[in-house]
Amino acid sequence: MHTALIQLINVVAILLFVVFGAALLTWVERRLLGIWQDRYGPNRVGPLGSLQIVADMIKLLMKQDWVPPFADRLVFIVAPAIAMFVVVAAFAVIPMAPGIGVIDLNIGLLFFLAMTSLGVYAVMFGAYASDNKYALLGGLRAAAQMVSYEVFMGLSLMGVVMLAGSFNLRELVLAQADGWFIVPQFVGFMIFFVAGIAESHRTPFDLPEAEHELTAGFHTEYSGMKFAMFFLGEYVSVLMTAAMITVLFLGGWLGPAWLPPLFWFLLKTTLLVLSMILIRGALPRPRYDQLMAFGWKVMLPLALINLLATGALKLM
Amino acid sequence: MMWSSLYSLIFYVSGAVTLLATLLLITRHNAVHALLYLIVSSLSMAVIFYLLGAAFAAAMEVIVYAGAVMILFVFVVMMLNQGQRSAAHEAAWLPARGWLMPGILTAILLVLLVSSLMMGVVPQTVHEVTVKQVGTALFGPYMLVVELASFLLLSGLIGAFHIARKMPQNSEQS
Repeated sequence: MHTALIQLINVVAILLFVVFGAALLTWVERRLLGIWQDRYGPNRVGPLGSLQIVADMIKLLMKQDWVPPFADRLVFIVAPAIAMFVVVAAFAVIPMAPGIGVIDLNIGLLFFLAMTSLGVYAVMFGAYASDNKYALLGGLRAAAQMVSYEVFMGLSLMGVVMLAGSFNLRELVLAQADGWFIVPQFVGFMIFFVAGIAESHRTPFDLPEAEHELTAGFHTEYSGMKFAMFFLGEYVSVLMTAAMITVLFLGGWLGPAWLPPLFWFLLKTTLLVLSMILIRGALPRPRYDQLMAFGWKVMLPLALINLLATGALKLM
Repeated sequence: MMWSSLYSLIFYVSGAVTLLATLLLITRHNAVHALLYLIVSSLSMAVIFYLLGAAFAAAMEVIVYAGAVMILFVFVVMMLNQGQRSAAHEAAWLPARGWLMPGILTAILLVLLVSSLMMGVVPQTVHEVTVKQVGTALFGPYMLVVELASFLLLSGLIGAFHIARKMPQNSEQS
């Protein structure tokens, strides 16, 4: 009974952390981009503008829950729910610290890959159901991009699996006690970082929702809370990518003992999220064919060579 | 006791969801809705795999079938832009009379299946199959099958490459 209660607190706390963390991230990102671009960003509501998220939430909740008459009703409503569900479900396997984490699956890494591969449906169904040209183009781009970047996202992680000999994320963290995997698997780390940004379709991989050419891409017809689900899902996926990199390459919760393990996990994740925001502020958007060519002609061979080299070194 | 009854409950619920989703998949006229049910069906199948101890097969069912193959299906259907008109076409192609013969044949198969299941002994114990065991089996006793499958995939790849190839001499003539 006692363990069940602790587990329940664990689940609720992590869920709240993920959703509110993602909401806070929308403000952090706008503020940081503002500073880097020599302007203020949202600074009116509350201290330093930190209550901006509350204002945004009230506005989105007050909006009419509207489905366009030409839309495919069922699919239109299901799509944003998928977007939110898959990223939150993927968070369940992430071990934050000893004893903190929702579930300890033996196939944890595969579960994460499965959930990210289901994430494509949110974009595709949203685009299809909207029955809108911009949305359709955005959806097609998103599907092609996510399917191709997923291929080497999985391959880049297999090097880590080979070194640790497990798909269990807790065992993967503990295998890094002697040294973080970022050193022997630096190529894998770089590939996964790029693929992670592409999976959460953020700049420079935000072609599915490129504002200047596609209005808002796949979520052109969405408004109110349904739009908020897509929007928040994207930020949760940023958090998830950062947390996953922390677990797989940066030693998870491991760190000097003078601070609690959870602190180290959160510190590493936060630094990764900030670097992802900085990348958004620094890089331009490539052309669509450049993006696909980069994926198939550079990243995929690199991932395969990395896998081959890791296997050879492991055998020796 | 409590765990085993919960286990059976999850098993029967996901089994029922699989059957219902597959039935709806066949009867829908809208292609995207049908694909949606196909995805639900393969997801609930993954739950059944997981319950039977095949965790790796469950993950592969989601990653490969639901996460890659079905996406390509949806991709193509989305580009065809099927609306109300094509749904009406579909409805016209599938009259109630067309169900008669396949229904009878399937009923015979069902009787055979159920009777063979009643006679055979169904194993009761569930033990988890680890990823390592799957790998050892694939690259041990089933090596030849894996190689054959890779031939098949390679020939598919070459075929796709050939079809998509640009023909320079043809484009110059036209």
